[in-house]
Amino acid sequence: MYDFSYKRPTSLSDAAEMSEQAEDGSFLAGGMTLIPALKLRLASPSILIDLGGVQDLTGISQENNTLTVRAMTKHADVAVSSEVKNAIPALSEVAESIGDPQVRNRGTIGGSISNADPAADYPAALLGLGATVETNSRTIGSDDFFTGLFGTALNANELVVAVHFPIPKRAVYMKFPNPASRYAIVGVMVAECSDEIRVAVTGAGPSVFRVFEMEEALQKNFSPNSIQDMIVSADGLNEDMHASADYRAHLITVMAKRAVAKLI
Amino acid sequence: MIPVTLTLNGKVVSADIEPRTLLVQLIRDHFHLTGTHVGCDTSQCGACVVHVDGVSVKSCTMLAVQVDGAKVQTIESLADKERLHPMQQAFKDHHGLQCGFCTPGIIMSALNLIAKNPNPSESDIRDWLEGNLCRCTGYHNIVKAISAGAEAMKS
Ligand SMILES: Cc1cc2nc3c(=O)[nH]c(=O)nc-3n(C[C@H](O)[C@H](O)[C@H](O)COP(=O)(O)OP(=O)(O)OC[C@H]3O[C@@H](n4cnc5c(N)ncnc54)[C@H](O)[C@@H]3O)c2cc1C
Ligand code: FES
Ligand code: FES
Repeated sequence: MYDFSYKRPTSLSDAAEMSEQAEDGSFLAGGMTLIPALKLRLASPSILIDLGGVQDLTGISQENNTLTVRAMTKHADVAVSSEVKNAIPALSEVAESIGDPQVRNRGTIGGSISNADPAADYPAALLGLGATVETNSRTIGSDDFFTGLFGTALNANELVVAVHFPIPKRAVYMKFPNPASRYAIVGVMVAECSDEIRVAVTGAGPSVFRVFEMEEALQKNFSPNSIQDMIVSADGLNEDMHASADYRAHLITVMAKRAVAKLI
Repeated sequence: MIPVTLTLNGKVVSADIEPRTLLVQLIRDHFHLTGTHVGCDTSQCGACVVHVDGVSVKSCTMLAVQVDGAKVQTIESLADKERLHPMQQAFKDHHGLQCGFCTPGIIMSALNLIAKNPNPSESDIRDWLEGNLCRCTGYHNIVKAISAGAEAMKS
């Protein structure tokens, strides 16, 4: 690991300002992705700005029909939160399915979505539930937030502050995990929101995406049968030592069907 | 160099360290507590698990500067002089180890489980051990030891 200098701001504005002044700074949240990347020298920032000391960046709250999870809230805390379990049990299951207990004790929702790993779980929850990302300067809808392989709409120096989830009528997350890391080979979130049905897929492509064809079919008839013949094209899907693109395409339908079956 | 002060196994200690120092390096190289092991150094194996403010973490994937002001507990904090902690005793009684390399991490991880769930089922224990690899035992006796340790900790 190359050396860097370390800063621990206590306010959002200080954190943003430090990042603006740094030539090559990086925010540090749970470190579950960033520290391994530093060790491999895949990342070599000159300054690490630790968000661990910033006030008001953790916590879960509900107002009317919206559940808010602040950026530094750990996966373990989302998994056990009774507020999350009552409002959106599927979100608690997403958090519980991530990695292992020690990763969940450190990793954060803000870090996970800013990193936008193609196999990460939270992106499916954000896109599937139609969440909104609040940053230190604006709000970004989940349909615009994830832009490609490890890509997000965040500008340099922009910070995720919280994620706002509209509470769905019902939702479920079905994941086919990599047996070693627990990252999603394919994970599908199916949600019946107030005015639409959403189907979001992680793990299969370079970035999380929706399957509009399935959404329309489920809107007409909410049954596994209505999507059973729909196979997402394998073109452009991920292909690696864990699974071929064809296998991933197949898994999308299987996981989506299981999700729908579980909901009815 | 940055100063850090933490409570390590109940004692307040300080050190001046480079920001890139890992927590496990602080524990092993600076404070010479070598019960915490480094198996993979890639966040996979759990040989380096310690507690920070009461929850289990992989000390190879945390910076030492991040524990400034925190309470850190390692495997060395468990035994009371010659008397093993009930969880350590259970590993001994149930042959929960062979080479022992993974054991400190597994015991620290298990104690976090028991704190959350004093009556874990076999599947709770197996799920919880997702972050700990053992290359020797096949896990069976580890699971038995954790169950027995959980029972013993009640008395
Ligand atoms: C063994 C292992 C298994 C795992 N398994 C899974 C799994 O099954 N599913 C899954 O989804 N994930 C998995 N992960 C990843 C884990 O969920 C991490 O928590 C996540 O990738 C990053 O979150 P973090 O808080 O650790 O962020 P960090 O590593 O601290 O940061 C990641 C990136 O995000 C940036 N960042 C962090 N916070 C913010 C913010 N608020 N605003 C802007 N930028 C920010 C950082 O600068 C950095 O570039 C696994 C990780 C490990 C080590
Ligand atoms: S040495 Fe830390 S997880 Fe393997
Ligand atoms: S006892 Fe040897 S690795 Fe577990």
